[in-house]
Amino acid sequence: MSESSPPSARCEVSFTVNGQATTLQVYAMERLLDVLRHELSLTGTKEGCGEGECGSCSVLMDGTLVNSCLIPVLQANGASIVTIEGLTAKSEAQELQQAFLECGAAQCGICTPGMILAAFHLLSKKPQPSVEDIRERLAGNLCRCTGYMQIVEAVAKVARCGAAR
Amino acid sequence: MRAQPAEYELVVPGSLPAVLALLAESPGQWLPIAGGTDVMVQYSAGNLPARKLVSIWNLPELRRIDNLADEIQIGAGCTYTDIRESEVIHREFALLSTAAGWTGGIANQNRGTIGGNIVNGSPAADSLPALLVYEAELLLVSKRGERRVPYSSFHTDYRKTQLAADELIRTICLKKRFSEYYAHTRKVGARNAQAISKVCLAALGRLSNRVIEDVVLAMASVAAVPLRLRKTELLLRGKRIDRPLTNLARTTAAAEVQPIDDIRSTARYRAAVAGNLVAEFLEQLRANEKAK
Repeated sequence: MSESSPPSARCEVSFTVNGQATTLQVYAMERLLDVLRHELSLTGTKEGCGEGECGSCSVLMDGTLVNSCLIPVLQANGASIVTIEGLTAKSEAQELQQAFLECGAAQCGICTPGMILAAFHLLSKKPQPSVEDIRERLAGNLCRCTGYMQIVEAVAKVARCGAAR
Repeated sequence: MRAQPAEYELVVPGSLPAVLALLAESPGQWLPIAGGTDVMVQYSAGNLPARKLVSIWNLPELRRIDNLADEIQIGAGCTYTDIRESEVIHREFALLSTAAGWTGGIANQNRGTIGGNIVNGSPAADSLPALLVYEAELLLVSKRGERRVPYSSFHTDYRKTQLAADELIRTICLKKRFSEYYAHTRKVGARNAQAISKVCLAALGRLSNRVIEDVVLAMASVAAVPLRLRKTELLLRGKRIDRPLTNLARTTAAAEVQPIDDIRSTARYRAAVAGNLVAEFLEQLRANEKAK
């Protein structure tokens, strides 16, 4: 079958990325992941599996953790998006970053932006998570280096510090 | 090969009537996309036959949970997170709440919708046995009107459904008549998180003096569609739970399922596990009555 569809036209999409209003001319079905990386040069968002299994492409969309590889960019029209680049300006995220360094929770680093976003999302919903909570809420983020123990420990450490304040 | 975005069209009409009008205008031409957790996977791999997509994500008409006197109505566009966070679903339909937590990781639960999961029709979906045992009804909607169908007849074959080309699932209706039942669910998979089940059981039972007054059993990953185990149920109703009955139920369930060999498991293993899960449920049902 070689019937080819006529190419669709680009459309205008507007959203806020890390607090900055942005308007782009894009194809509606471009993946949010590709628009962030290629159009906006926000390469902290990684592509791992490209099928919603690994969490490397996690971003926050209207405060909710999502896999940006599964989002057609037109569905992000009007949304507020936070990537790892925008998160690192926040003090809670800096604490996570520091804890990841101290606990050895990052090795190759591909999963780290997604892990930090998933952990940030967890702590914003539940500031005092149990170890079980951390394991469950980070289960959508795969890491092939650390074996996860150091990552769980880093998130638990930030939660403990938060409790002590 | 990777999909080329320029070859695809996506429109966002923004309201249910506008989506239904588009579907009615050219039935079968537009593929509805909600949270994209299934459609985008096919798309990215270059395996999506549709070229024209219509977004139904976050339509207000589809994203609400209504708690009525005798039933709850879950909008088909509710995400698994919406379902997990609903107190009334947790209280009245615990098996659905639990299954929602098994469905993918948090990011996918934030986007994946119950209606999308039903229409996708994977026989391995963990929440579908829960809908079967609660005897859900689906409200289907099109520009022509609405119709209410039992969920048990919705899947007609492997990934085939009763949905007409111009129809959407609007609402999943669950009657509140199982609150007195003992509810049990068990997923068997390669790992806890993010793993598609080898076998998944949802079960409800009600005993009186060890006699089974009623029992409802459904399983995922054991047939071309999510399967209600009616033969096994029939065997059990009105009987007293003892070891011979448990053993007979085990062999009946193992024979009633129609599993296949695939990358996740084998037919033989799945049939054995199906029988064991039913036996385990009966033991727990009995233990639960003793403990009362």
